[in-house]
Amino acid sequence: MSASATRTTPSLAVFKLASCDGCQLTLLDCEDELLGLAGEVEIAHFLEASSAVRPGPYDVALVEGSVTTAGDAARVRRIRAESRHLVTIGACATAGGIQALRNLADVQEFARVVYARPDYLDTLATSTPVSAHVDVDFELRGCPIDRGQLLEVLSAYLAGRKPDIPNHSVCFACKRRGAVCVTVAHGTPCLGPVTHAGCGAICPAYGRGCFGCFGPSGSANPRALLPLLRRDGLDERAVERLLHTFNAPAFDTFAEERS
Amino acid sequence: MTHRGSRVLHVGSLSRVEGEGALRLRVHDGEVTEAHLNIYEPPRFFEALLRGRAHTEPPDITARVCGICPVAYQMSACAAVEDACGIDIPPEIRALRRLLYCGEWIESQTLHVYLLHAPDFLGCDGAIDLARTRRRDVERGLRLKQTGNALLELLGGRAIHPVNVRLGGFHRTPAPRELRPLAEQLRRALDDAWDTVRWVAGFDFPDATVDADFLALAAPGTYAIESGTPTVLRTDGTLTAFPVHDFPLRVREEQVRHSTALHSRLDGRRHLTGCLARFAISGRWLSRTAVEAAREAGLGDPYDGVVCSNPYRSLLVRAVEVVYAVDEALRIIETYEPPSRPYVEVPPVARTGHGATEAPRGLLYHRYALDADGTVTDALLVPPTAQNQGAIEDDLRRTASRALAAGDPTDAELTDLCERTIRNHDPCISCATHFLDLTVIRTTGGPDA
Repeated sequence: MSASATRTTPSLAVFKLASCDGCQLTLLDCEDELLGLAGEVEIAHFLEASSAVRPGPYDVALVEGSVTTAGDAARVRRIRAESRHLVTIGACATAGGIQALRNLADVQEFARVVYARPDYLDTLATSTPVSAHVDVDFELRGCPIDRGQLLEVLSAYLAGRKPDIPNHSVCFACKRRGAVCVTVAHGTPCLGPVTHAGCGAICPAYGRGCFGCFGPSGSANPRALLPLLRRDGLDERAVERLLHTFNAPAFDTFAEERS
Repeated sequence: MTHRGSRVLHVGSLSRVEGEGALRLRVHDGEVTEAHLNIYEPPRFFEALLRGRAHTEPPDITARVCGICPVAYQMSACAAVEDACGIDIPPEIRALRRLLYCGEWIESQTLHVYLLHAPDFLGCDGAIDLARTRRRDVERGLRLKQTGNALLELLGGRAIHPVNVRLGGFHRTPAPRELRPLAEQLRRALDDAWDTVRWVAGFDFPDATVDADFLALAAPGTYAIESGTPTVLRTDGTLTAFPVHDFPLRVREEQVRHSTALHSRLDGRRHLTGCLARFAISGRWLSRTAVEAAREAGLGDPYDGVVCSNPYRSLLVRAVEVVYAVDEALRIIETYEPPSRPYVEVPPVARTGHGATEAPRGLLYHRYALDADGTVTDALLVPPTAQNQGAIEDDLRRTASRALAAGDPTDAELTDLCERTIRNHDPCISCATHFLDLTVIRTTGGPDA
């Protein structure tokens, strides 16, 4: 019987690869639930929150950030081996993140722009999602993730059930929120129809178009949206920039599948 | 355990910071001869990926440098691009930007005080551990942090990577009645902020002094947050200012082999930016309430231009800055007049622009070069942590030397001391950091190997 099966309190670990820390901060931003959660689980590894670190195995591991170094590729394999359930949190871990823009460019050129001595750096030519390296049990979208969705995923794994995270587009959330459609009413370019719900449709509610920070939704067809984006004034370069920001590889893969 | 002879020690994990780093100490005959803070946070190449983007994009894109201070990145990006385009922002929009920034100061500084820094003074592993014995204190911290987040959520749409900021202002500005419930929450938060000052003032602060010049923005008449002139307070007490356009000439970045974060020097000297620098340079412009809080915290009288250079006591200064940010947010809400339009148009100009604001961790400088259609052709971001890195290494070297001279600290004690020294300054090791692998190389006799 494994150590985790004999323990009564499930253990939680939080790890970080290349990222901004925003998704793990979302856990600390659960001010109303944090102390309650800490009573339900053993927080075994969460460096941003605690100096106390216990080695694996862990019941649930949350992984933030993308794989951009050989060391992190090895580290994510170790994390997988030590974790019963591995959940990626955020656009970096799930789709490669903003730093995956290097995948479309020459990483040596990128390095030369920023560093006088690129040869001192240890970096891969690509920024890849965790799923490109190991099996992932669940991918939580968002740049950053949504607090409510994070609590749902954690509760689900701690209770031994499947997370109830809808796969539909931001448009559903917009309707539910009663927000006016910015595309229909104002001709504002919006990725809402092809973007995964989860943010609560905040951009349209604040009068701007969705910029796709949750990546593609389950049933979306970005190619069908293109004529609408062009009608609303975006030229080819602007469309490319809109799709190539926080979830570039995910929107690319999606477009390829549909073409 | 003997500390003579040569050996290598690895201690895992700098915790309660943001990002990934390691520290290597080289000790020769009981003297620290080298202290290298190795930031091995993987490079993400923001300055490269910004090239070719539209001039409207840096606020959203650079927010992703740091989840703990995204507003700082958004505000410095807006300031720099608007400077390039020669746009002046109306006072009503400037006030709203300051209000949003107050939300980030409250949230981020409270996070630092309660979750990252205070546990060091109370012998705890973290706030969750602390809550077992001092639940009411931790609850107060979470409540205060939540107020900062509520402000960010109302004005920015969400607390991390807000969506409502745009070049020239906001996508949508709130009606005064939307701010009213927030004012009530802030009035309650003012009590929590005061109680925080009283709580941390009771901690035991070791004696220490940083030996670095201070750099912060100054905006006489107000405590500089979202704008101001870079101002230097030298260790000899002289005060000088320089235009933000001169920043790259005065603050030079250089790459060192042991870190992916660039090191900066101000006029060739080590400098420190952050709350100690702000308090020393702008303390006299704090609100009456915050000045009282500073006196009660034992920091002296800010009206007299008091300087606190004890890095441990930065905890007190942060707590005072939270009182100020709550007080200032209330003042802005009480005098709020919605702008006639949520933003001003910012047509592109082929020019280079500079912008600096006070992130919770210190001065954050951005520079963008635009072409005529607004495409970014060059970008430079200088975060506070990169500027502080040299001064932190210096502090580590002196702190470890003193500990070695005073006795024979174990490796665990030395690690604890070094981690505390880093957290005193800056938990955002390079706007990103997480493992401190402490390597102590101890040698005796002969040339230092």
